[in-house]
Amino acid sequence: MIEVKNLYKEFNGVPVLKGISTTFEKGKTNMIIGQSGSGKTVFLKCLLGLHTPEKGKICFDGRIHTELGIKQRRQLRQEMGMVFQGGALFDSLTIEENIMFPLKMFANKSTSEMLDRVNIVLNRVNLENVNKKFPAQLSGGMQKRVAIARAIVMNPKYLFCDEPNSGLDPRTATVIDNLIQEITKEYQIITIINSHDMNSVMEIGEKIIFLKDGKNAWEGSNDEIFKTENEAVVDFVYSSNLFKQVREAHLSKTK
Amino acid sequence: MLRQVFRKPQKWSVFKEMLFREIDDLGLKSLGIIMFISFFVGGVVAIQTALNVDSPFIPKYLIGFATKRGIILEFAPTFMSIILAGKVGSYITSSMGTMRVTEQIDALEVMGINSLNYLVLPKILAALFFYPLLILLSMFLGIVGGYFAGLLTDLFFSVDYIYGIQLDFDPYYIKYALTKTVVFAFVITTIPAYHGFYVKGGSLEVGRASTRAVVWTSIVIILLNYFLTQMLLG
Repeated sequence: MIEVKNLYKEFNGVPVLKGISTTFEKGKTNMIIGQSGSGKTVFLKCLLGLHTPEKGKICFDGRIHTELGIKQRRQLRQEMGMVFQGGALFDSLTIEENIMFPLKMFANKSTSEMLDRVNIVLNRVNLENVNKKFPAQLSGGMQKRVAIARAIVMNPKYLFCDEPNSGLDPRTATVIDNLIQEITKEYQIITIINSHDMNSVMEIGEKIIFLKDGKNAWEGSNDEIFKTENEAVVDFVYSSNLFKQVREAHLSKTK
Repeated sequence: MLRQVFRKPQKWSVFKEMLFREIDDLGLKSLGIIMFISFFVGGVVAIQTALNVDSPFIPKYLIGFATKRGIILEFAPTFMSIILAGKVGSYITSSMGTMRVTEQIDALEVMGINSLNYLVLPKILAALFFYPLLILLSMFLGIVGGYFAGLLTDLFFSVDYIYGIQLDFDPYYIKYALTKTVVFAFVITTIPAYHGFYVKGGSLEVGRASTRAVVWTSIVIILLNYFLTQMLLG
């Protein structure tokens, strides 16, 4: 479990996160939503340890992140997988080398064992015959799948995704969503997704955290988000007519 | 930054792989331009010396002597380092800057990798190891260029030139030139790496950082050249 207690982060005296507290459970897909500038990315980067919070604690299965030494922190990071918004694949390496990279750095395996593992994860994300290609030779959706493959190659306990669907067509976005959810269940990991995509939120958000002005203004599941009366959430999630109609239809069905 | 750079590599096999890749990128791929420039500038130095030494009281072998001294003391170590600062420096800043803005450096950090050590240390070591060899080659080709310039222009005899380059040879000058080269190699890799690693923004910022890195590297090389010359030859 990841426990966040009273997380506070500021940049040049301007507070971005103002005391966020929440928990993330194993085997669940957690979504962080909120308007641009609400602090989602900063929150995710604090969880990843890329930003150090001024106040508060982040506890990964009993290990308080800010109290760990450099070695222990690096060890913890090896238990994390991250899918960046743009994929963040290393352009100078082939797909195979990209996925093999964490194994080469941290696993004591022979080359053939590493290649086997690469092929397993590539197969898991439904990619074939891409081993020797470079990231620039793949489509956006394929790059995202490679990024997911690289993130899960070390069997992480925690998977973080920053806007995994951005720039993808709706069909590919659904494929990526389903893939992330399947992997979360299959490997029983804690998945935290930063998203603007309301389709994803409704589809796979088992726990949704709505951030507003650096605070978690609302928390609940994808079922509860239909019923919520929280004005800020309703304004944000149901800003489009389509989603308003979906909500009304859902509410009238459940009455 | 340098404290993180000079830590023990996390995996020696990966480090070795990176080191050879950097020797190729920063060293071997600069061979062509260094050879080309050295040869022709050596020729130009010899021609200009010959044109300026037209008094019958000055022996012609001084052309070879002056060309050799100029090339070994200044042209090869300093001029070539400025050329490398432009070529290699902009490459280092732009490649690392692009890695920064496309979150590849963040990806390394998230994996638990000391990104400064992983990216910068192989570059520094590759340059420290390979640039002295490049500069020795540059010295040789510069002097050979001077010889061919004499052959093609008939401004001086090759016998005089060869006598001149053998005259009063002091190995300390080679040591001096190589000491400067090692210092410059460190500057050529660290300043651009710093500018690339800490770049913020997008592609425009990466371009600006590249320009800034080349300018600062050149300035630092020129200043260090002055101080090193005073220290080692003064």
